[in-house]
Amino acid sequence: MQGAGLAVRMTGISKHFGGVRALDNVNFEVRPGEVHALLGGNGAGKSTILKVLNGVHQPDAGTIQVNGRPLTVHTPEASRAAGIAMNYQEMSLIPTLTVAQNVFLTREPGTGAGFIDDRQAEARAAALFAELKVEVNPRAVVGDLGAGQKQLTEIVKAISQDASVLILDEPSTALAVSDVERLFEFLKNLKERGVAIIYVSHRMDEIARIADRVTILRDGRHVITAEIEDLPVDTMIEHIVGKRSLGLADVKRGNARKGEVLLELKNLSGREKPTEVSTVIHSGEVVGVAGLLGSGRTSLAKLIAGVETPASGEILIRGKRADIRSSGDAVRSNIALVPEARATQGIIPEHSVASNITLSILDRISNAGFVDATKVKSETDAQIARLSIKVASRDHAVSTLSGGNQQKAVIGKWLATDPDVLVLDEPTAGIDIGSKSEIIRLVRDLAREGKAILMISSELSELLTACDRILVMAGGRVHADETREAFDDPNSAVGDTAHRLQAAEQRLQIAIQKALIAGQRGIHGHA
Amino acid sequence: MAMPDGAGKGFGTLRALVGDWRQNIIYIGFVAIFVVFALTLNDKGFLNPNNLLNIVRQSAMIAVMAIAMTFVLSAGEIDLSVGAVAGLTTVTVALAIAAAGPVAGVAVGLATGLAVGTFNGWLTTRIGIPSFLTTLAMMGIAKGVAMWISDTAAVPILHQGYAWFFGGGSVGRIPVLLFWMLILGAIGHVALRRTGFGRRVLATGGGETAARYSGIDTHGIKFRVLVISSMAAALAGMLYAGRLQSGRFQLGEGDELSVIAAAVLGGTSLFGGKGTVIGAIVGALMIGLINNGLILMGLEFSQQLIARGGIIILAVALSQKRS
Repeated sequence: MQGAGLAVRMTGISKHFGGVRALDNVNFEVRPGEVHALLGGNGAGKSTILKVLNGVHQPDAGTIQVNGRPLTVHTPEASRAAGIAMNYQEMSLIPTLTVAQNVFLTREPGTGAGFIDDRQAEARAAALFAELKVEVNPRAVVGDLGAGQKQLTEIVKAISQDASVLILDEPSTALAVSDVERLFEFLKNLKERGVAIIYVSHRMDEIARIADRVTILRDGRHVITAEIEDLPVDTMIEHIVGKRSLGLADVKRGNARKGEVLLELKNLSGREKPTEVSTVIHSGEVVGVAGLLGSGRTSLAKLIAGVETPASGEILIRGKRADIRSSGDAVRSNIALVPEARATQGIIPEHSVASNITLSILDRISNAGFVDATKVKSETDAQIARLSIKVASRDHAVSTLSGGNQQKAVIGKWLATDPDVLVLDEPTAGIDIGSKSEIIRLVRDLAREGKAILMISSELSELLTACDRILVMAGGRVHADETREAFDDPNSAVGDTAHRLQAAEQRLQIAIQKALIAGQRGIHGHA
Repeated sequence: MAMPDGAGKGFGTLRALVGDWRQNIIYIGFVAIFVVFALTLNDKGFLNPNNLLNIVRQSAMIAVMAIAMTFVLSAGEIDLSVGAVAGLTTVTVALAIAAAGPVAGVAVGLATGLAVGTFNGWLTTRIGIPSFLTTLAMMGIAKGVAMWISDTAAVPILHQGYAWFFGGGSVGRIPVLLFWMLILGAIGHVALRRTGFGRRVLATGGGETAARYSGIDTHGIKFRVLVISSMAAALAGMLYAGRLQSGRFQLGEGDELSVIAAAVLGGTSLFGGKGTVIGAIVGALMIGLINNGLILMGLEFSQQLIARGGIIILAVALSQKRS
């Protein structure tokens, strides 16, 4: 039988969410003792298939075998019992306990009299770390550790529970370069012990170094599984980008009518990230920021919006130095940030659409401290009309709206402050493709009205559709600052928008990977 | 950015010392206050053994409740009902002894704690009401019941054996209350530090999600710490009743604040995940010490309140880790 000897064998897995087909008849096989990279763009189905394997989602169709045994119950407990472990971005560690206490939590070695023996736990943890040739102090309190050590602790905890399949979802994003080296060394040792490792990453250089085999998903379908030798990086990127049904290709790209410079950054650095960012954004211009998680793109947005305070450098608004040390300062300087995490940073879910939209302008619409109800209505209705927010009543809780309309409400909240500079961090995260096009069109409209817009997105096609210029960030620095046209393939036909977008996406993807490598060399150079 | 492993070592030792200093502020503070009082109040009889044993007598009930409160806070919960439950128990015990003797009294006292704790735990973990509100409500309910069943009058306890064993007696000069405090303290300390239960309590308060991912029944843990807290409050009530040979609804009134202050002074985190039983006991003794010294100084009650508040704020502020 074919399934024999495989660590994981997923056959014909399908999964729907409402009307969306997240996985369509996907096969995925992992051998023991290999690092198997799982690749794909946003929405390709990577995290869905991992959640199915992990027991978080129940598959609609298909079968799963782990080490030859069928997995019929789909719960996190059942998957864990079958030997599947996943890094939960430090979610399985208790920050107030020590490394050894965490590794053996609920399985503490005892003295026989029913008492816990921490010394023995520490010795056994030390032995485990030594065996895997990494240095982590078993007596250190987890909350005091760096991200890399936390991650190693978490993996060792999983391994000590006899996990035979280890799922690592972007394990390197939070790590310094030296920690990544240590992690790779560690993974090699795990491989030798026969552990199957499923490795998700957007960093092609990492994949090329660590993976034995690669599986690529796109739009919920299996595209290819191959040995790493048979897949050069540009072929991988081609498969990842693929010929998508392009929902965004129908958004017409307008050219900016650039006006005066509204926002200028001079060597702007944060406490950790970003480092020495300089750029200008004109009125009417949309500037995109491309880069992976941890590239410093969100920190850049937070600096400009006063959520984080800069360590050095200047922010100039209309040529005048703006001393931005708080969100309030930023609002007074006519800067608005539509933040990354809509549910926690953007909206107050249980409050009405009206009170969310008027939250930032309460002073302006109040008389002697009392909020003017008529002004609340008129301001809210103005934004609802302007952004065509679909809402039954302005008094309904924002949480009752769809994701796209919630995001519009957040944008409306900030447009109400009439900003000159609008910073959008992942404005289309978690919303459907139709609403995405609508948000992109809205961004272009706002630029036409004369606003300067900085837009961060993980979806390259979105950046390429919305932006006039794109900054490529890695390791906190801007490595490239190119016009949108620079990513166009001069050979492709002008009329074929879908193909042009696809070609440009590949070029941008390559630029991001180059920036990553340049960024790492930079860090090595400084050390 | 990434520091080589050896680079921070010289600072590490220094930092460990400073860290220890903050962590051990309660012990340093206790000794410092003791020395100051010993020097300034010697002529007023501060160092007189009887006075020192009185401090122990006055702190014992707070200490007993603070031992259990350490578990509650470590699990990330709070129990505001302890003072009222202690008061209620003095009444139920006194009534039961009058009606059916000391054995029934002890049984009824423990049952009072068990009943209240089960109710608190059930409301908090099954219905999902935050323990702050559950126990705030219970504080009123317990006091109301105590007033109602005692007709707001003191209920005398005439059984001498009960009074001796539960707080009134002494062995030689050593008050029985000191034994209660030390024995319960030892049990609490070992339970928190050396048993799987204690570890689960700390894990639940340190990171509830992670604890659940690790297979810990966090609701069960929270339920149990709330039961333990009410049982300890009931025991404190039995000690009050024995020491004062009566049951009165006013006994233990306001103790919840002293108990929480004692635990936090001792180094237990209000946010969960960190707790020390020995610290809580020393915290309770320190509050007793301050009260005693301020009285000997001849401060008025109003001044005592202000001075006590100031000292507690100072101690807690010093123990905070700068982030």
